[in-house]
Amino acid sequence: MSVLVLADHDLGALSPATARVVHAVAELGPVEILVAGEDIAAAAQSASSLAGVTKVLTAEGQFAADSLEMLLSTLAVRYHYLVASAGSVGKDVIPRLAAKLDLMPVTDIVAILGPNRFERPIYAGNALQTVTSNQSKHILTLRASAFRAAASGNAAPIEPLDVSGISSAAKVIAAHRTQSDTPDLATAQIVVGGGIAVGSAEGFQLIESLAKKLGAAIGATRAAVDAGYAPNDWQVGQTGKIIAPDLYIAIGISGALQHLAGIQGAKKIVAINTDAEAPLVKLADIALIGDLFEIIPQLIAELDKTGLKR
Amino acid sequence: MKILVAVKRVVDHNVRIRVRPDGSGVETNGVRMSMNPFCKHAVEAAVQLAEAGQAEEIVVVSIGPKSANDVILTALAMGAHRGILVETDAELETLAIAKLLAKIVAEENPDLVLLGKQAVDDDSNHVGQMLAALTGRPQATFASEIKVTGQGLEVSREVDTGRQTLALPLPAIVTADLRLNTPRNAALPQVMKARSKPLATRAAADFGVDLAPRLTVEKISPPPERMAGKTVGSVAELAAFIAADISQMEAL
Repeated sequence: MSVLVLADHDLGALSPATARVVHAVAELGPVEILVAGEDIAAAAQSASSLAGVTKVLTAEGQFAADSLEMLLSTLAVRYHYLVASAGSVGKDVIPRLAAKLDLMPVTDIVAILGPNRFERPIYAGNALQTVTSNQSKHILTLRASAFRAAASGNAAPIEPLDVSGISSAAKVIAAHRTQSDTPDLATAQIVVGGGIAVGSAEGFQLIESLAKKLGAAIGATRAAVDAGYAPNDWQVGQTGKIIAPDLYIAIGISGALQHLAGIQGAKKIVAINTDAEAPLVKLADIALIGDLFEIIPQLIAELDKTGLKR
Repeated sequence: MKILVAVKRVVDHNVRIRVRPDGSGVETNGVRMSMNPFCKHAVEAAVQLAEAGQAEEIVVVSIGPKSANDVILTALAMGAHRGILVETDAELETLAIAKLLAKIVAEENPDLVLLGKQAVDDDSNHVGQMLAALTGRPQATFASEIKVTGQGLEVSREVDTGRQTLALPLPAIVTADLRLNTPRNAALPQVMKARSKPLATRAAADFGVDLAPRLTVEKISPPPERMAGKTVGSVAELAAFIAADISQMEAL
C-alpha cells in the first residue's frame, strides 16, 4: 500500500512537520515524498534522508492550490494514500484534490488506528471522532504535532518530475514572512505563549527573551495578535496553530476556549497570571500568581542559577 | 459582480458542547444554534463589496434542515439580497455539500463565491476548496483582505509563515478568516426587512447528487481529561519545576 507525502518547506528548508508525517504513515506502506516549489534542492536532500522514504519526487516551479491539485491528481493513480500535514498548504490543497478524485478526505488526523481507521478532533478539540473509510484511496492531512519525527540517515533516490504542462490561475504576488530565529512553533518541544496581558509588542520582547533562554518557540493568543502585539503566524488556537509541546508556558493568558483548543496536546502546562481563577491557571500543572513583568526577569535569573543549558 | 455566499447553521460557538454518553455524537437537542462565525465574516465581506459598489447582487445559500432558514435570514438582515435553502434532514459530508453547491453555482453563475474557512462543528475546512475543484475555479483560502482589481481579486491570506497575497482571476472561490472584517449585527428594522426578501426552498434530493456518506463515524468520544495542578508561591519553585521538566525531556 504505497504512500505519497506532500512535503512542507519554506525558504529552501524542509519543515520539521514533514518528518513527523513520514514517521506517522510509515506503518501504512512504502513512503515517497513530493517536494514541489521553488528553490527545493536542499529540502529534497533532507526529505531523502528520512527513514522510511523510498523515493523523493521534485517539482520545480511556483505552485498554488489549483496547480498543486493538478499535479497531485496526475500522480494519484500510483498511490493508495496521498498525505500532507495539516498546515496551510495541506489544508489548501488536500480537500481540493479529494473532490477532484471524488473522494471524501479525512483531515487533521491525530491518531492512525489502522489502515483505514483514523481519529480526528471536532468542536475545537472538545470531542474526538473515530472514522473508518472503505474508499479506494485515502486522502489525508495529519496534525504533525500529534506524532513523533522520523529518524534521518537514509539516502533515497531523488527524481525530478516534468511539470511543464502545469500552471496556476492564482499567482503569488507578495509574501510577508515573520523574522524570528526561534524554533518552528507547530513542532517545538517547548513553547512560551503570551496573551493580551503582555500589553504591547515591546512586552513580547520579554516573552522572546524567556523563549531564547529555553530554546522555545513563541506563541500568542488571538487577542494579542489582533492587538498587534505579535504576528499572525504566532497565533495558537482553533484557527491558528495547534501545538503539542512537552512544555507550554502560558504568560498572561486567561485561556479562552479558542486558545485551549490549540494547546490540548501540551504535556505539561505552566501558567503565570495575576488571576488565580483564570481557566488556564486551573488547567495548568503548575501556576504562579503575580505580575508577569516582575516574574519573568526573576524567572530568567533563577533559570540561570539552575545552570540550565538549551 | 455577483456574489454567492454559503452559510452553515451550527451549535453556537459560545455553547460548551457535551458528548452523548453513548458515543453517538454531540448533544444538539435544546442547544442554541447560530450562523457559523466564519460564515458571518464571509457574509460581511460580500455586503462590504456591495456597499463599495463592487457587487450588485448577493445570493446566500444554506444546506440543512428547515431551521437553517434562521441563518439565511441573518444573512439577509446583514444585507444579502435573496436566499436559497437546500433542504435536507440528513447530515451531509463536506463532499456532498460541495457537490450541491457546485449545482447552485452552475445555476447562478456567480463571479465570486465566499465561504467561511471552516465550520466550528466538524472543523473540516473542506468545502471552499472542494467547490473550487468541482467548478475548476482558482481559490484563496484563509483570506484576511480582499481587494477588487481591474483583472480580478487580490487576496491576502494567512499562512504558516506569515501572510501571502494572491492575484486571482474571476470567477473564483474565497474562504474567510477571522481578520477579514468585523461582522455587523443587524438592527431590528433590517431583521424585519429580511423577512420580505425572497427565500427559495429546494429539496436536496432533487439535484441528482449522490448524498450518501463515504465515511463511517464509529464513535464520538470526549477528549482525555487533564488533572488539576497546583499553585506555587515563588519564582524559585517555578524555575526549579521548569528546569526539572526540561532535564527529563527526551531529545527529539
